[in-house]
Amino acid sequence: MSSDAQDSRRGSSPGGFTFSLSDPTFRAAVYQILVIGAVVALGWYLISNTLENLARQAIATGFDFLEREASFGIGEHMIDYAPSDSYGRAFLVGVLNTLKVSIIGIVIATILGTLIGIARLSSNWLVAKLASVYVETIRNIPPLLQLFFWYAVVTETMPAVRQALNPLPGVYLSQRGMWIPVPSADPVWAYMGYALLAGIVLAFVIRRWAAARQARTGQPFPAGWASLGVILGLPLAVYIAGGAPTALDVPELAGFNFRGGQNVSPEFFAILMGLAVYTAAFIAEVVRSGIVAVNWGQTEAARALGLPSGPTLRLVVLPQALRVIVPPLTSQYLNLAKNTSLALAIGYPDLVSIANTTINQTGQSIEGVALIMGSFLTISLSISLFMNWYNKRIALVER
Amino acid sequence: MKSGLLAAAAAAMVIGAVSGAQAGATLDAVKAKGFVQCGVNTGLAGFSNPDSSGNWSGLDADYCRAVAVALFNDPTKVKFTPLSAQQRFPAIQSGEVDMLSRNTTATLTRDTSVGLNFAPVTFYDGQGFMVSNKLGVKSAKELNGATVCVQSGTTTELNLADYFRANNMSYNPVVIESQDEVNAAFFAGRCDVLTTDASGLAGVRASVAPNPADYTILPEIISKEPLAPAVRHGDEQWYDIVKWVVYATIDAEEKGITSKNLDQFLNSQNPDVQRLLGTSAGMGKALGLDEKWAYNVIKTMGNYGEIFERNVGANTPLKLARGVNALWTNGGLQYAQPLR
Repeated sequence: MSSDAQDSRRGSSPGGFTFSLSDPTFRAAVYQILVIGAVVALGWYLISNTLENLARQAIATGFDFLEREASFGIGEHMIDYAPSDSYGRAFLVGVLNTLKVSIIGIVIATILGTLIGIARLSSNWLVAKLASVYVETIRNIPPLLQLFFWYAVVTETMPAVRQALNPLPGVYLSQRGMWIPVPSADPVWAYMGYALLAGIVLAFVIRRWAAARQARTGQPFPAGWASLGVILGLPLAVYIAGGAPTALDVPELAGFNFRGGQNVSPEFFAILMGLAVYTAAFIAEVVRSGIVAVNWGQTEAARALGLPSGPTLRLVVLPQALRVIVPPLTSQYLNLAKNTSLALAIGYPDLVSIANTTINQTGQSIEGVALIMGSFLTISLSISLFMNWYNKRIALVER
Repeated sequence: MKSGLLAAAAAAMVIGAVSGAQAGATLDAVKAKGFVQCGVNTGLAGFSNPDSSGNWSGLDADYCRAVAVALFNDPTKVKFTPLSAQQRFPAIQSGEVDMLSRNTTATLTRDTSVGLNFAPVTFYDGQGFMVSNKLGVKSAKELNGATVCVQSGTTTELNLADYFRANNMSYNPVVIESQDEVNAAFFAGRCDVLTTDASGLAGVRASVAPNPADYTILPEIISKEPLAPAVRHGDEQWYDIVKWVVYATIDAEEKGITSKNLDQFLNSQNPDVQRLLGTSAGMGKALGLDEKWAYNVIKTMGNYGEIFERNVGANTPLKLARGVNALWTNGGLQYAQPLR
């Protein structure tokens, strides 16, 4: 503020402001203009040069290709897809496949990492050492090699599809992955999904109401149990109201492969296990550092105040541990999401794999790379935003 | 939107950093640096394959050398850039390589929006299927529901989808970037079927299969794959050179000229032969090369038949017959435009 005022005063009085490099205000302005000018000029040069070169070689540009027929097949798709669909839809299939691996991978890595992180602090010598060996081994091997390892585990050690293992009725394990029976298609499943969402919303409302009431009257309300009841009870009620369908879609060997049921492909298994196990090693260290960061005196003080062990952990230790844990944990989640691009090497159709195919069929590499980068940026920023929100929520409020 | 611009700017550095091709610029640049930078396959027996000491052999590699010989009369004046299926087009578009000789199928899209000019076809191929004998499959029509291993980013991937669609069959693709990993997945049993160009299947069966006799290449050839060297748009002189180097090898075979008997033809009174071997001047000048360009190519690399037999013919592990790659005079498709 004050410097602004100074500037305007100098500007108005002819004697104060000089167009000399010895004037700090002028100097700062000159440097900033120079830097911005250089960045803009470089960007303009690169973009115009590229467009000129592309035009001279008559290479197609623009995103029109997304509307054209893709005419290549994709092995795994969560939405309907056929080769007659467009490149745009193929790309969407890839984005969804990437999200599937990222989300499930993050959940598994978090659970596994937390367990191993706690195990490293165990007073049991064997458990602590095994956890240390896990961390030191896994995090020092490049993730790509681990993917090849998990892929080979399935394709080399499992029996051929016609000699598939059948450990449970309807469950088959082979080189082609795992087949499991799933409930046959029924509209009830969709309604149950809506009921689950409604239950979660209702649980939030109950918790808020319970907190407000406790603040007002001091009477506690078992909000946890009530939430659980609502979240599980609503879908269950819908299931029973919908006639409680029990028909199963059981996989059967037909021709070259199993038909029916749900297939967990070796590619999906390998990328999921590879990334979850790899990232868990880092998460374990993050969790361990978080727990160690909270002084033992905090627990002792809480005990001295008469807090039971549950609230001690929940209200005293965790808030302090989590503020150490959450920021590096966010980085690990981002790493996992970005490492899904290694899927290309083992044939899981993630967004990079599909964008690469698209680039090759259309020759439009700049647009394809831009789509890949844009997608990863969106995914990463979403994870960051969510984790920052969570970090704020659980952060220690200092008074 | 901002991210898209950033991405485009980053990608632009790849292409933007290289100044575009202009007529004559490639020849001058190649002469100035003293070698031809040639994009080849990362490893495909018979076409471009490095041996244990890093020497490239194969039909595609030999056509890189042939161009180097036409320019420098020295087959060693070539540097090979191994390229994956995905890398090949950006590499030639950006000028990282001067020519692409990487078992690349000539198609309309590649000729237009990818920005390539295709030289004459050096190998007429077609896509086939290989299966394990254990399946007892005799025809590709029986492959409904099969799992198919295929390399990503190839015309193969598209033909596969087209073939199954046309025959109203379903399939489950396993698409992997590197052909080595595709082969490994197939031989491990991940897939029922391996698909690529028929010549490639023969090469894989000969060099990778644990026991080649256990695998059958099905009789159906489901696509046309004219494999041709390519250069980028915008330098017609360079395109002409690559094109006529290929034609010269085919023309030599038509005239019965080989690397062995070449010198006997130097006194030939046949004006066709004189033009090819440069004993009557004009052709080299038109291309901007030495008059002896074709003589040197044939002397060093041999005619088309010799190059074919040396790399993929009956006495090589691939054991491919000439088939459609025979000269037109023998009922094949190889036909050179007149050198005059």
